[in-house]
Amino acid sequence: MKTLGLFFQVVRRDPFLVACALFLVGVTTLAFVGVHFTGYTYDQISNDSLLQPSGAHWCGTDINGRDLLTRTLSGAQISLVVAALGALVSLTIGVSYGMISGYVGGRVDNVMMRVVEIIYSLPTLVLVIVLVTSLDQTVSNLMRSVGLTQIPPRLVLIVLFLGLTEWLTMARIIRGQVLVLKEQAFVQASLALGQSHWNILWRHLLPNLGGIIVVYLTLTIPAIMLDESFMSFLGVGVPSPLASWGTLISEAATSINPIRVYWWMLLFPGGLMALTLLALNFLGDGLRDVLDPRGRS
Amino acid sequence: MSAIIFRRLLQAIPVLFIVVTLTFLLVRSAPGNPFSTEKKIPPEIMEELEKQYDLHGTIWHQYGQYMAKVARGNLGISTQYRNRTVNEIIAQTLPVSMTLGSLAFCMAMAIGITVGGWAAVRHNQAGDRMLMILALLGISVPSFVLAPIMVLIFAIWLQVLPVAGWGSPDQIILPAICLSIPFAAAIARLTRGSLLEVLKLDFVRTARAKGLSEDAVLFRHALKVAILPIIGFSGPAAAGILTGSIVIETLFDIPGIGPFFVNSAENADPFMTSGVVLVFSSFLILFNLVADILYYVVDRRVKLE
Repeated sequence: MKTLGLFFQVVRRDPFLVACALFLVGVTTLAFVGVHFTGYTYDQISNDSLLQPSGAHWCGTDINGRDLLTRTLSGAQISLVVAALGALVSLTIGVSYGMISGYVGGRVDNVMMRVVEIIYSLPTLVLVIVLVTSLDQTVSNLMRSVGLTQIPPRLVLIVLFLGLTEWLTMARIIRGQVLVLKEQAFVQASLALGQSHWNILWRHLLPNLGGIIVVYLTLTIPAIMLDESFMSFLGVGVPSPLASWGTLISEAATSINPIRVYWWMLLFPGGLMALTLLALNFLGDGLRDVLDPRGRS
Repeated sequence: MSAIIFRRLLQAIPVLFIVVTLTFLLVRSAPGNPFSTEKKIPPEIMEELEKQYDLHGTIWHQYGQYMAKVARGNLGISTQYRNRTVNEIIAQTLPVSMTLGSLAFCMAMAIGITVGGWAAVRHNQAGDRMLMILALLGISVPSFVLAPIMVLIFAIWLQVLPVAGWGSPDQIILPAICLSIPFAAAIARLTRGSLLEVLKLDFVRTARAKGLSEDAVLFRHALKVAILPIIGFSGPAAAGILTGSIVIETLFDIPGIGPFFVNSAENADPFMTSGVVLVFSSFLILFNLVADILYYVVDRRVKLE
């Protein structure tokens, strides 16, 4: 909660960041609330295929006559949910990994950071594609057997594995910060008073990392969003008839031909996605300038 | 130094081993049939096929046979693209991907460093602000959004460049630009930030005090130090370009390794998938080693481990 307060404190000072934050709130509201008021559903097929934007279809329709506004907004739902949950996974791993590595120090720290470096030098997204495609069936059976039929298994796998690959930067930054913090007097004092290591990490170090966590969380969300749409674009992401922004853009890209240009199929999902990523990156950058001046690039 | 390089190469072997093992076992343990996705194959033919491809027996037996082949440099026969060995497919497609990737990498470096340097010299002026907004835009617009837009503009409306394909020099321009722009933008931001830090340092003031021209200060002194974070970023950039090229190759119909990889991963082709993962991982590990050595050559204060 304190971290969230920090977020608002920084954002409030800069009107441009306020605009970015408001835009993101707007997109989220449209995606989760507005989508129910378009008059169509995302998988509703009709004969009006490839219509230009008009009064009936504000953003036109796709090749199967589905309303593009509805599809763009439900695509936003998926992209936002995957990015937020994935970032949460990566946050948990990155923060605990970085804290332990920095706090314990010495050999353990060396080995843990070497592991991070090795993972850095691997084509992680390629590995995620292998993991998601080959575990799809197994997880699907598993989820069906426990009665979870509402959630598509691929979505779960994507959230999990993208979260499992995007924690490296967070871990590195947190470790660096903990290395500095643990030498400070208040940590030495609590150690001398007999505080347990767990308490020091949880009660003393974590609250001091709030700013940095906010910054890198804001920057992880667009990274995961980009990865997810990348996978959906290649057809190994969210399964149809669900569609994330990546799926919609891929549909637009395959429909390009020299005879007729269906510009609306590219403009609306692509534009909304780019603006959302831009707003998130601006927010992350703005927060970093204030909360982590040394990490400025 | 050569001892350190040798040790790093040795360290790469267990990493590659783990990666290939993981990929092969994952793909093989997934339910589904690597030979066909639609037609039902009669069991006796299936058995014969599995024997022919060394995919019979327990999974550990298959894995053992595969690893024995890999150790001899034989990556097996693709089950998805029948009658073609993985070595052959990779030998045909990898040069294409490498040409595209290295061109995009060089363009990203050249554009990024130039733009970043230009912006740093004009710190907080209108030109700097504009360029940095453009750079953030470049990072935020995914290459698969940028690419169709570029195709629409340059290939369909202006008709100056071909829509897709591979072979002639003009066919490489659009894909290379689309692939490089997000990384050029990232490098521009990095260069600007790093150069701004360096320009505040004492040795730059000394160089100016000596009466050196601003160009000499910038290019002969400051940039030499400011380039370090960019060398550090080159590893992740190479990884990004490598994965990014999968999408660009699909979009522009380029016969690179990317589309083969996605197709074989989706259809549970164990040999092709593991082979590509092995090639990608080896390349990136090697690339990172070269980047580390370069970092060490430029800055002798760092320890090469």
